[in-house]
Amino acid sequence: MNTSRAAWLFLAPALIVLGMFFLLPVLAALILSLTDYDLYALADIRNLRFVGLENYWTLLHRPLFWSALGHTVYFVAVGVPLSLIASLGAAMLLNSPLARCKPFFRTALFAPVVTTVVAVAVIWRYLFNTKYGLVNSVLDGIGVAPIDWLGDPHWSMPTIILFAVWKNFGYNMIIFMAGLQAIPADLYEAARIDGASALRQFQHITLPMLKPTMVMVSILTVSGYFQLFAEPYVMTEGGPLQSTTSVLYLMYEEGFKWWNLGSASAVAFLLFIIMFAVTAVMLRLSRRGGEV
Amino acid sequence: MNPRIAKAIINGLLIAGAVVALLPLLWMVSVSFMTQGEASSLPAPLFPKHATWANYRELFANAGMGRYLLNSLLVSTAITAVSLAFNLMAGYAFAKLQFAGRERLFQGLLGALVIPAQVAMLPLFLLLKYLGLVNTYGAVIVPAMATIFGIFLVRQYARGIPDDLMEAARIDGAGEMRIFVTIVMPLLKPIMVTLAIFTFLAAWNDFMWPLIALTGQEHYTLPIALASLSREHVQDSELMMAGSVVTILPVLLLFLALQRYYLEGLLLGSVKG
Repeated sequence: MNTSRAAWLFLAPALIVLGMFFLLPVLAALILSLTDYDLYALADIRNLRFVGLENYWTLLHRPLFWSALGHTVYFVAVGVPLSLIASLGAAMLLNSPLARCKPFFRTALFAPVVTTVVAVAVIWRYLFNTKYGLVNSVLDGIGVAPIDWLGDPHWSMPTIILFAVWKNFGYNMIIFMAGLQAIPADLYEAARIDGASALRQFQHITLPMLKPTMVMVSILTVSGYFQLFAEPYVMTEGGPLQSTTSVLYLMYEEGFKWWNLGSASAVAFLLFIIMFAVTAVMLRLSRRGGEV
Repeated sequence: MNPRIAKAIINGLLIAGAVVALLPLLWMVSVSFMTQGEASSLPAPLFPKHATWANYRELFANAGMGRYLLNSLLVSTAITAVSLAFNLMAGYAFAKLQFAGRERLFQGLLGALVIPAQVAMLPLFLLLKYLGLVNTYGAVIVPAMATIFGIFLVRQYARGIPDDLMEAARIDGAGEMRIFVTIVMPLLKPIMVTLAIFTFLAAWNDFMWPLIALTGQEHYTLPIALASLSREHVQDSELMMAGSVVTILPVLLLFLALQRYYLEGLLLGSVKG
């Protein structure tokens, strides 16, 4: 009997799909990013020219690329910590022995995660409507002047961040709950006997014991948040004044609105390089922190 | 701190959190039953004065919602069925069948997880255009027929199957396919349910790729249709909320029914990132 031959037969369908529809396109994207593939090349491949790094060079001199990168970094830098704080807070509340009806609260807090981004983004667009939105009428009730959430370039990104936190915190909450449950109870017991306050227990037991989970969750959330696209597409169409145009939004418009596929591939690769660099630095920092 | 006060604070915060999490969804349901223009009156009403199905009727009769719902069901079901079969076979092979280069190939696949899917989208579009698949259901189904995450999930789970079971069957002369179908698959049932619900939800909610690959309305899935409708009907909040209900309700119900499997899969999948 030959298990090796059987193994390759079992692997073949999945590997063919992944190879043909993922790995091959990734390699092709690298090549595409070195060409001037555009509408003319789409019509007739003979119009295609190899341009070396020109797409990258042009992008790095385009203010729109830098502003899109800036908005994406803003979204990641503010959105990820807020999401993690919300997730950890909710996980700790649910994990408390004093909490009642845990299954209900867990399901309720997790529900936004399984909803469709587009559909809930549409809901938020109405909730945050300047004139008729529920949010502004609640704020009006406590004497806050109406805010133009999605129409004011200063508020548009914070509103999208709030939306993302609401939509996503439940996911990491479940992972944090598992992490919290893995911390031995005697650690807290011993700390209590020594008279440590709840805050000190959190600082000296919960956080250090949760560190491996925290590192993994942060890296996954950072790479997820770099891929911001559907939220601005539905809620603001990248506006107002391009204040919510993310890197992927730029790639989408460049590639599928203007059909500059070469330049759009360069955008995609730059995003990939940036994501890779950021997560690699995070991993390095967390390892160094661990050895101290 | 007084335990009774602590208990009140903790449960109070949980209630507040649940309200924040659920209110937008409940508001959506309530507005979807309002008459046209009712939600845009001041002060903003929380409940419909006279609940009506008019928005749903309008969606299905005039906005093609029935078609989009069927498209979504068809695409998500096809992706789930095929990718489940492919991922299951590959995950099992990585976990239990010996072959040269197994570990290196698997590590290579895991390494490819760092590449964001969007990098592949532009050439993928050209490839599918060349294959004549753009603007067909196939454009969305074919690239999703296997996932690295799914293979990883199945491998993690299948590693727990004792080798003796397969060895005994091999000695009895059973072929590898028969061993897989009669011995392995029944043992993989829990992870099959988990992976199926994960895949179905992801396929149902997917936005960016279908937006690119489906250029004509007749193949739109619900999220694409909803995004396009919401650009046309900016003022019709009642109609759009009915559309959101139709889009969200199926996956929310599916999640509620199979919650345990979904959360287990979430944890299993995050063990090693």
